[in-house]
Amino acid sequence: MKVTVTIDRRPEIADPEGTTVRRALHDLGFTEASEVRMDRVIHMHVDGHDADEIRARVEEMCRQLLANPVLEDFHIEVSA
Amino acid sequence: MRTAVIVFPGVNCEHDVVEVVRSLGGDADLVWHRETDLSDFDGVILPGGFAHGDALRTGAIARFSPAMAEVTRMAARGAPVLGICNGWQVLCETGLIPGAHIPNRDLSFICRFVDVEVVDTASILTRNAEVGQRLRIPLNSYEGNWVDPSGEGRVVLRYVDDPNGSQDRAAAVSDAGGNVVGVMPHPERASDPLLGSGDGLVLIESFLHSLIPA
Repeated sequence: MKVTVTIDRRPEIADPEGTTVRRALHDLGFTEASEVRMDRVIHMHVDGHDADEIRARVEEMCRQLLANPVLEDFHIEVSA
Repeated sequence: MRTAVIVFPGVNCEHDVVEVVRSLGGDADLVWHRETDLSDFDGVILPGGFAHGDALRTGAIARFSPAMAEVTRMAARGAPVLGICNGWQVLCETGLIPGAHIPNRDLSFICRFVDVEVVDTASILTRNAEVGQRLRIPLNSYEGNWVDPSGEGRVVLRYVDDPNGSQDRAAAVSDAGGNVVGVMPHPERASDPLLGSGDGLVLIESFLHSLIPA
C-alpha cells in the first residue's frame, strides 16, 4: 500500500529555513503568508493489505529512525 | 591507552584527529564503523564530516552503525567518548547527549575561528582547562544550532559571541557523568600556532588524560 509520512518540527522548536522563506515571500509582496514551516514528506510503498497493521509498522519506523523525538512529530497516511 | 577514531562513510576529519592525538604522545587508530568489537580501546572519538551524507538528518543513520552499540557500552562504563562537530550530532541521535541540532540561526555555513569560554571543567574535554579560560578554535558547520528542550545537557564550553543560535550559547555539552561530550568547533584544527591557534590542544589533552584502561 502507499504510505505518506509527514515529519514536522514541533511549533516550539525554531525553524530557521521556514523563517527565511517567510521573509523572502514578504520581500516579494506575499505579506499574507505567515507561520511558514519546512516540513518533510516521505513517500514509500509498504507490503501488506491491512492498513492498521501497516500503520503500526510505519509508526515504529518513525520512532526508530524517520523522526527525531526531540524535535519532530509525525503523521501517517495509508492508502491503497 | 588506545583511542578509536570511528570512520563512518562521509567523515573527513579522521586523519586530523589521529594526527593530533599522536602529536601529544597518544595512540589512536582509525576504526571502520562496521566494527563490532572495540574491547582493545580505552576511549572513542567520533570525528567531523558528513556521516552517511547527512541523509535523513545529521547522524540519523550513523547511530545504527554496529560500532555505535560498542560506543554506547563504553560510555556506560565511564570511558571517554568525544564527538566533534558531526560526531556530536551522532551522539545526540544516539541519545548519549541530550538534545538535537538544527540549521544555524542565520542559515549560513560558518567556517571561521570563534572564541569559546570554559564554563565547566568536570568533563573529559575540559578537565585540564580552567573555568573562564578563553580558547580560539575553528567552527565549521551548518547545523551547529543545538536545541535541548529537556534542559539536561551540561554546557562545558560557551561561545563568547553567538554565532549560530545554539541554546545557552553552547559550543560543547556533556552528559550527566561528564565522560561523553560533544563539541561543535574543531579542537584538532587548533593544534599548532602554524594553523592559526594551538588552543585546541588543552582539550585533546583533557581527553587523553581521561582514558581509563579497558
